[in-house]
Amino acid sequence: MAPEEIANILKDKFGNKITGSNFETAHPHVLVEAKSWLEVARFLKEDPGLTFNLLRSISAVDMLEDDELIAVYDLCACRPGDRETDMCAFDEFCVKVKVPRNNPHIPSVANIWSAADWHEREAYDLMGIVFDEHPDSVMGVEGRHPRRILCPDDWDGYPLRKDYRFPMEYHGIPAVTEYEQTRPVH
Amino acid sequence: MKTDAVDIVLESQPDINVELNGSQIQHDLPTEEMLVNMGPQHPATHGVLRIVLRTDGEMVLEAVPHIGYLHRCAEKIGETVAPYQYIPYTDRMDYLAGMNNNLGFALAVEKLTGLEQEISKRATYIRIIFAELNRIASHLVAFGTYGLDIGAITPFLYAFREREYILDLFESACGARLTYSYITIGGVTDDLPDKFVEICSEFLDYFEPKVKEYNNLLSHNHIFVKRTADIGVITGEEALDYGLTGPVLRGSGVRWDLRKVRPHCSYDEFEFDVPVGQGLKGTVGDCWDRYIVRIQEMEQSVKIIRQALEKLRGTEGQDVLHKKGKTIKLPDDDIYFEIENPRGQLGFYVQGNGAAIPARVKARGPSFCNLCVTDKVCRDVLLADVAAIIGSLDVVMGEVDR
Amino acid sequence: MSQITLPWIEKSPETLSGYRRKAILLLFVLAVGHLGIALVSLFAFKPGQLADWKIPFVLALVLGASLAGMAFTAGAFGVVFYRIIGKFLRWSYVAFALFLGGVVGACLIVWLHAEIFTFIKGLSAAEGEHRVWLLAVPYDHTVRNIYAGLEAIGVEVPVLAYALWPLQFEFIRDLVALGGIIGFISIIPAFGIWWERKVSARIQSRMGPMRVGGWHGWLQSPADGLKLIFKEDIIPPEGDPLLFRLAVYITFVPPICAFLALPFAAAWVFRDLDVALIFILAMLGIEVVGVILAGWASNNKWAVYGSMREACQMVSYEIPMGMSLLIPIMMAGSLKLTDIAGAQAGGFWNWFVFANPWCFIAFFTYYCAALASCKRAPFDLPESESELVAGFLTEYSGFRWSLFFFGEYAAMFIVAGLAVILFLGGWSSPIPEAWINSFLTAVGASPDGFFGTLARGLLAGGPIIFVLKATFLFYVQLWVRWTLPRVRIDQVLYACVQVMLPLVMVLLLANTLWILGTDHLQWGWLNVIDGILHWILVGIGVIVALAILCIALYGFKNNKRLVGQLAVVDQLPGS
Repeated sequence: MAPEEIANILKDKFGNKITGSNFETAHPHVLVEAKSWLEVARFLKEDPGLTFNLLRSISAVDMLEDDELIAVYDLCACRPGDRETDMCAFDEFCVKVKVPRNNPHIPSVANIWSAADWHEREAYDLMGIVFDEHPDSVMGVEGRHPRRILCPDDWDGYPLRKDYRFPMEYHGIPAVTEYEQTRPVH
Repeated sequence: MKTDAVDIVLESQPDINVELNGSQIQHDLPTEEMLVNMGPQHPATHGVLRIVLRTDGEMVLEAVPHIGYLHRCAEKIGETVAPYQYIPYTDRMDYLAGMNNNLGFALAVEKLTGLEQEISKRATYIRIIFAELNRIASHLVAFGTYGLDIGAITPFLYAFREREYILDLFESACGARLTYSYITIGGVTDDLPDKFVEICSEFLDYFEPKVKEYNNLLSHNHIFVKRTADIGVITGEEALDYGLTGPVLRGSGVRWDLRKVRPHCSYDEFEFDVPVGQGLKGTVGDCWDRYIVRIQEMEQSVKIIRQALEKLRGTEGQDVLHKKGKTIKLPDDDIYFEIENPRGQLGFYVQGNGAAIPARVKARGPSFCNLCVTDKVCRDVLLADVAAIIGSLDVVMGEVDR
Repeated sequence: MSQITLPWIEKSPETLSGYRRKAILLLFVLAVGHLGIALVSLFAFKPGQLADWKIPFVLALVLGASLAGMAFTAGAFGVVFYRIIGKFLRWSYVAFALFLGGVVGACLIVWLHAEIFTFIKGLSAAEGEHRVWLLAVPYDHTVRNIYAGLEAIGVEVPVLAYALWPLQFEFIRDLVALGGIIGFISIIPAFGIWWERKVSARIQSRMGPMRVGGWHGWLQSPADGLKLIFKEDIIPPEGDPLLFRLAVYITFVPPICAFLALPFAAAWVFRDLDVALIFILAMLGIEVVGVILAGWASNNKWAVYGSMREACQMVSYEIPMGMSLLIPIMMAGSLKLTDIAGAQAGGFWNWFVFANPWCFIAFFTYYCAALASCKRAPFDLPESESELVAGFLTEYSGFRWSLFFFGEYAAMFIVAGLAVILFLGGWSSPIPEAWINSFLTAVGASPDGFFGTLARGLLAGGPIIFVLKATFLFYVQLWVRWTLPRVRIDQVLYACVQVMLPLVMVLLLANTLWILGTDHLQWGWLNVIDGILHWILVGIGVIVALAILCIALYGFKNNKRLVGQLAVVDQLPGS
């Protein structure tokens, strides 16, 4: 199924909750409104015509100029075909959810795809997108958020944001110098 | 914290009936529960994985993995270097399958910039040969270390003996034995050395009977089967739900291989089978199925390499490295591209903004996604089974933490 | 100021050799001095001249000084000719010859002691009451009396009489024998660990230790031991330091005690106990206490897991192990190990393992249970490194850690030795002694002459045959370990309680009835079946032995081709 057809199905079903789409790119995708993402996701997973049962990846992107964060959901439909002769049919689809940078909240889809559990924790840890109702949440200063996964629990800030400044020290361990804070060298 | 612990004890007071190896284990003697820290330095965790186990005697009631001990900011680094310079960093993610990681990133960038069409046939076949050789090497390590997890030390040495020859082949081609950076954007860095084709086919002739030796030594060993069959069962639906890929997904009986369903690198020109777990020794999707899928994949890789070596004969003299690879500018666009790694689907999300340096690079490591099922599978198993299950998932912590 | 001055580095080579010259001179002076004292003492005293209480001091003067003199001489020669000695050691087979020579020498020394003990015991007592002045212990032989005995057999060396005088006391004789046993026990782990490394290397197609000592790394174990002595000895401060230290000795001492009752040949036993078997099993059983203490005192969860597993496993496997051993005991009608082994003399078809099917199966159940109670793979759960870091050994380091291995290897040898004594004929050779005697007569050598005695000692039974058999079973333990994966704890206990225990009970009952039928009720038909089964089992034994021999020969002949060799890849530019 081509991405355009899937997008049309979604637009028929959800109307203006689908806020945009782009198929003239290497990565065809639709844009979904953050607060209705949960029901769109459930539809994508459970609709017998779509059955996107494999959540491949959640990539969080920081668009500093547009003052927004994007969560990129890459989905894939693995429909078991005839075991002996045919492989599973392959459909891929991408959904992007844009949220404002100062208050990034997206409903968690970890109850729809269990795979989203760790991906969402990673996206929160590195980019600071808060996934509401995440099953592995902890209470933070600004409300409940997913538990951190790669960085320590008491880490400050979200390292993959474009305006992130590396800490000078962490629990007495020197990290970077003032010079390196502004000019990361690798 | 204290009250939590008390709650947990109270919750688990009722009898727990556990289906284990066909026999019912009745817990009529509840004992004091113990939190055990397995890792980050533990022989069975394959690196720096830390699992906090809540145990009742030998029974593991809950296993919570904690990762991040090997986090090296690979994605942040990706935003400061050009794609051509990022290739060596991909080596360090899944350090047992460096060639495949190079290939994944190179393909993603080539697809984003449209360089894909201009790669020569020879470079493509060389890429396939090296990706498959590295798949064999990686599966050999998986096979050997899985033997270690179960307590058989000898298969490990056999696996490494054969892996040495593959590393010798890699070394002859690119000079490195672990982090190759050989497959790069625009092709491969160098053409094959003299007599490579002959030596490689001799290695394949030598290697093919060895797989049978492994099966005799370990796969069909009664103790090994007893330790792995019916342990850590993951059904096909669960596997898809948790986003598992690669041998772990195929071990659950789902015939899903990106080389077949969405061939990259002209894999569609090759004849090979996709082995899946059939539950020969127990249930479909148990540890033994995941293990045997890897063994069978090695045989299929040998088949692919033989064909690729044949196809290589007509392509002498073609340029293996495209000149634009080093000076490439990324368009204002993004891409998510996946290839079939030895451990599963390795995906790279690359976003460009018109400059030479990407705006965002994200790696979807198969080990990262495969590991998240630990929590689910390591429930009500014995302590020894935790090692067996983690080993059968075959995670590389370099890729989990990136 | 921060520079460290090391005189032997800063001095020039000339001065360095000056140090060497001084060392040589000092050693030679010491050697000559000691030898002088020894010689003077030797000629100064004659039997009967001395009051009894002076004897120990004179002995110390003669023997001690001469031993020290010899040691200093050897040291001096070592310093003088160290290059030549080093070169000599590096020749192939030198170490092998040294090793064999050492084994033969050790046997000769033990044999000599045995002869001397017999000589002392055979002397007739001197008249009158004699007492050692200090100890007030009555004794039988004066030095003059011993000298008279020596003169009677033609040895007229006065100092020998002095040297033999203390040996009339049982206590001193025990001390000497104990020295021999402790020497043997320290050789077993040193040799066993080196051998295990070589065997595992062979199985895994690699070389194993190759450096230390020249020939195939034969000095690797002593070198490791030396390293372990110098390692930091860490005792977890949160644990129980006293129990932590105590656990080592509780694990290490019992297997050594078990050696006191283990006969190496009919006369080669420290104490020929009537209940030797029970004593040895009891000693092996004590080991578990040490392991549990080690796990508990470490204050480490993995260590506790290891010790709990050890407790489950050993306590449950003691039962099938002991019950399998009851079957040969029933056959021999004695608990005395020398009697049991003696009942199997005269050809390998007399061994209990071939006596009837029940014994045959009991041998294997015993061996499996013994593997489990020695915690060897596939039953090495207490220290399984992939699950429990190192089990109860997790917190141990240095020499304390290695003492556990001393105990383990000693226990391995003991269970192998028990299997040999109870099932495989003990120290009797597979060939009956009568055949050897008639062969010797046929080639014209007297069975009682020098060569006859030698041949009979080597072929017809004795400690060498016993050690060889036990070493083979020891080897099988290594072989199994490096081939099989590890079983799980529930499978271990299942195998014991639900498979092995019922099986062994059935064997025990069947064997009882069988012996009742054949030996006591003398049923003719049962005796016929017994005979047929006996020879079938002997046939199986011969076939198995020949098969093992053939495999070993095949492996030896093809040893270059069996290893993974790929000629062309080795010629790659990178290799």
